[in-house]
Amino acid sequence: MNDTIRVYDLAHCRAGDKGNTSNVSVIAYEETDWSFLRDTLTEERVMAAYAHIAEGPVTRYEVPKLKALNFVIEKALGGGVTISLAQDIHGKGLSNVMLAIELPAGGRNQASLNT
Amino acid sequence: MTQHRNTIRIGCGAGQSDDRVPPAVELAKHGALDYLVFECLAERTIGRETLSKLHDPDKGYTPSLHERLRAVLPICHANNIRIVSNMGAANPVAGARAMRREAQDLGLGDIPCAVVLGDDVAEVVRARPNLTILETGEPLESILPNLVSANAYLGADVVAQAIGTGAPVVLTGRVADPSLFLAPMLHEFGWSYDDLTKLSVGTITGHLMECSSSVTGGCFAWPGRKAVPDLARLGYPIAEVSADGSIRITKTPGSGGRIDVMTCTEQLLYEMHDPTAYITPDCVLDITDVELTNDGPDQVAVRGPRAKPRTPTYKVVVGHTDGYIGEGEVSFGGIDAVARAKMAAETVRERLEMQGRVFQDYRVDLIGMSSLHGAVDRRPEPYEVRLRVAARAKDRKAAEAVGFEVRSMHMHGPGGAGGGKGPMVREVLAVKSLLLPRELVRTEVVMEGRL
Repeated sequence: MNDTIRVYDLAHCRAGDKGNTSNVSVIAYEETDWSFLRDTLTEERVMAAYAHIAEGPVTRYEVPKLKALNFVIEKALGGGVTISLAQDIHGKGLSNVMLAIELPAGGRNQASLNT
Repeated sequence: MTQHRNTIRIGCGAGQSDDRVPPAVELAKHGALDYLVFECLAERTIGRETLSKLHDPDKGYTPSLHERLRAVLPICHANNIRIVSNMGAANPVAGARAMRREAQDLGLGDIPCAVVLGDDVAEVVRARPNLTILETGEPLESILPNLVSANAYLGADVVAQAIGTGAPVVLTGRVADPSLFLAPMLHEFGWSYDDLTKLSVGTITGHLMECSSSVTGGCFAWPGRKAVPDLARLGYPIAEVSADGSIRITKTPGSGGRIDVMTCTEQLLYEMHDPTAYITPDCVLDITDVELTNDGPDQVAVRGPRAKPRTPTYKVVVGHTDGYIGEGEVSFGGIDAVARAKMAAETVRERLEMQGRVFQDYRVDLIGMSSLHGAVDRRPEPYEVRLRVAARAKDRKAAEAVGFEVRSMHMHGPGGAGGGKGPMVREVLAVKSLLLPRELVRTEVVMEGRL
């Protein structure tokens, strides 16, 4: 067992756009992994993963009943859909950056491993 | 005397102006619908339609209205399904006339249309140059010379009023997406526009529905991880809502796709920031206590939305011209593909600089390497890569030069380039937001044709 685990292994994500702000949801497959993600997938860690794309800041919201975290990443979309020079002007694919984040797996209940 | 119903079924036949048409036809045929909603306006599309209205006063509605309505009008007419749509865009009255001509041509006779007006606030904001642009904090005055359009996001109240006329088709301009779905509920159930619980029910339903297939398995399938049955025949969603506020989300019977707690959760959080405060013109939705439950195959029950009272302002989206974007592409493969692409990018930059071109924004993408998620150092080099350069300029000629210089790389650049494309140039129609006190917006329902 590796000592890191990807967000991809624990959760599914979707990105949405509003102006120059992207929001990326992180929805745990399992309840226990939601707690693990809440403890480890911090605003700082997410900002670091998006640092080469977005200026930030990153704000995290918790929605426990949906087993979800919602990250709001500001200044992420090249000025917004209408003026962005990017190919993916909506940043629809920005959820993939979240999925690829590696988290230290220590502290995660191995019994809840979801594959 | 209005007879209030107990349960209605609302389908979403489009979540964007160029949405697919066949699933809407399936939905109208097999969805046992009372209402079919088409949400067809992105932030900037109304600006684009305002420009086409300037060229031709009979245009300015969503161009796909013709194709969409030709496909569904006969079915809706036969099955008594009422249509509600923001395809009126910048010219809902012209849209209504176009719809009525289509109905005549289809042999459906004279179909009246209720039209919602009042979202166009261009004159109101022009007279108030001191309004603050939300994104920049600057006064509106700074973009007034280039202003193309200004539209307030209207709420469900005026749409419900239009439905109340009894017209089989309701067309609007800018209305908040969820409000298009809340409106039939207000009308059918006689809900008060101040009943916050009911407003939250209609708003969360609308938010789940507004992007068509995004709740039925679109933007979701992932090989080996998240299965979506029969993705090619992805069905569109249906909301079954009752007067007591219970909600079930399902989809066209027999269609492909998938509705369950996972797809609904992704869509619920889509474009949401603070989950306690999703602001619409009708209310401020709070989803923190929402529970989604799988309630049978492709059926999800939604419980527990709440709302706070609506804000004293309407959000207004202002469209303004903002120069031109030019781009070009060229490909490199094989040995040192990335190094040659980078050499080409540098040469293009130098040539544009030598010509004295000025750009507000300039971007170099290596497609296959770093074009989607930015450049990071530890990515392996691919076998082939496509260079893309895009830039924004005040001057059309400067924007054209970008694509011209990129394309010419297959002759005047590094060795072994191919597939040059350019110049691609488009005028930029940018958007900004404002808040406008409600009392400055006057909504109105007018009829096209006789009931």
